[in-house]
Amino acid sequence: MKILVGVKRVVDYAVKIRVNSAKTAVETANVKHSINPFDEIAVEEAVRLREKLPKGSVSEIVALSCGPAKCSEVLRTALAMGADRAIHVEVPQNTTLEPLIVAKLFSAVAKKENPSLIIMGKQAIDDDACQTGQMLAGLLDYPQANFVAKLDVADNKVTASCEIDGGLETVECEMPAIITTDLRLNEPRYATLPNIMKAKKKPLDKLTPADLKVDIISKLKVLKVEEPAKRKAGIMVGSVEELIKKLRDEAKVL
Amino acid sequence: MFLSATKSTGLRSFARITSQSINFSSALGRVNSRALLSSLVYVEHKNKIIDPASLNTLYAATKFGGPVSALVAGSDAQQVAAQVAQLEGVEKVIVANNPVFDHERAEIMAPLLAAVQKNTNATHVLASHSSVGKRILPRFAALIDSQQISDIIEIQNESTFVRPIYAGNALETVQSSDQIKVITVRSTAFPQVATKDSASPIEDTSAPEVSAKSNWVGEEVIKGDRPDLASAKIVVSGGRAVKSVEGFEIIQKLADKLGGAVGASRAAVDAGYCDNSLQVGQTGKIVAPNLYIAIGISGAIQHLAGMKDSKVIVAINKDADSPIFQVADYGLVGDLFTIVPELTEKI
Repeated sequence: MKILVGVKRVVDYAVKIRVNSAKTAVETANVKHSINPFDEIAVEEAVRLREKLPKGSVSEIVALSCGPAKCSEVLRTALAMGADRAIHVEVPQNTTLEPLIVAKLFSAVAKKENPSLIIMGKQAIDDDACQTGQMLAGLLDYPQANFVAKLDVADNKVTASCEIDGGLETVECEMPAIITTDLRLNEPRYATLPNIMKAKKKPLDKLTPADLKVDIISKLKVLKVEEPAKRKAGIMVGSVEELIKKLRDEAKVL
Repeated sequence: MFLSATKSTGLRSFARITSQSINFSSALGRVNSRALLSSLVYVEHKNKIIDPASLNTLYAATKFGGPVSALVAGSDAQQVAAQVAQLEGVEKVIVANNPVFDHERAEIMAPLLAAVQKNTNATHVLASHSSVGKRILPRFAALIDSQQISDIIEIQNESTFVRPIYAGNALETVQSSDQIKVITVRSTAFPQVATKDSASPIEDTSAPEVSAKSNWVGEEVIKGDRPDLASAKIVVSGGRAVKSVEGFEIIQKLADKLGGAVGASRAAVDAGYCDNSLQVGQTGKIVAPNLYIAIGISGAIQHLAGMKDSKVIVAINKDADSPIFQVADYGLVGDLFTIVPELTEKI
């Protein structure tokens, strides 16, 4: 079974982002970037499946990223974590790739690669769209399991425990299938130095959207990006009594 | 694809749409384009009860000015549809009463939505940005080649929306060029629709044939008497500093005293102090209650993303430098194990 894993390069989750002075975008130049945390979980899950299933069951783990040249960094991270091979669909710097386009690019790659399982993060922490995996499932007509917290693969079938608003639900999907990862799925490993060195020798193929016959078109025009309204400064209270009094008389929420 | 397709009533429906648009025209945009607008809302329900977030989504749909249709699917759909027909702003309820729609699998629901959208000529298709809306709508959007707009918090006109990005640290105003706008709605950003005295017509629709390659096996839903986290007026949340499952009980006691819901930070959930479904934040629930009490929560970016639109925020933490105090209206520095029981007793 071949597993295809999606990875996105995003501004690191710990960075306090800033909106640029023209209010057109979030400042991304000279800001620390890393692999989207949910995608790191996706790579980890693929590697764990290989370790968990009978030897040879997972024939290959392919990591795929779409974006500018620097995306190769996150692909190297995925290779260092245990992916065998990477594909980079390269677009010029500052090209906007909306989820539907990424899904189309992934769909074109998936049709060539024929993976049995596609693992993607549930959302990217920059655009917070939460769409790509579902769109890809629609384009490929694969079954989907979203926000997966636990995954079992056996008999050409995936059984996934998915986080829903009130708790958990279990679904089964015939393979080929797409799953999107939730935070609880696993704890990603750190790439060790020897593995980082080995990753440099693993194959990383470059493709262009034209190779995949996908037109890059933006359907959403960003008119403005701004910081949300700041909350007015609060006050510190000295005791429980004072807190209750403030909540009753001043804030009137009790 | 449909066994019994519904026909529009031609001129009469056009006239109705136009008069509707004029009523709304002062609110948004031009009358001419408004006349062609219509919205379709996917209504979530469970145990014959409409999901509260769908009421917010229906309200958002009324902002476009055109007629609003509501789609209710599942084996209880007929009963839920009767409730939906009584909601303000809903002009028509479309019912797909068939057990195949139970458990809302994206594979089954996306083609149904596509068929109903086609029948109703809806220009806007909306669902809540809930776990169900999030899994169904993008699949539908891909089927009709539309770039979805997720988690909107404001509607500026029929094609322009505001949505949070980067865990709510920036707000993006986007204009969609798609003919059919596919939208998920942040429920806390819109009020709920009220009920009305009359009932709107209910229309049956049948299912497009889909051979699903997925199966729903079962669910474990946390049952309780507490109000729903996403729509509660008061939320009391605990973080890592509660230290244990027993420690988390004092959070629950305070919530019960206040008649509020219980929330948690990721740290508390990961440590196993409470259930996953209580997590508030970028990857959990987004809440905006009147009162949010954060206890033993440091206030990481990802947690703030889920609660910083609360009307009043109270923080109780022993570390005076915690980032949570920067967003709190009222802060109290001290040991939660003495403060919270005292607060519960005196409130």
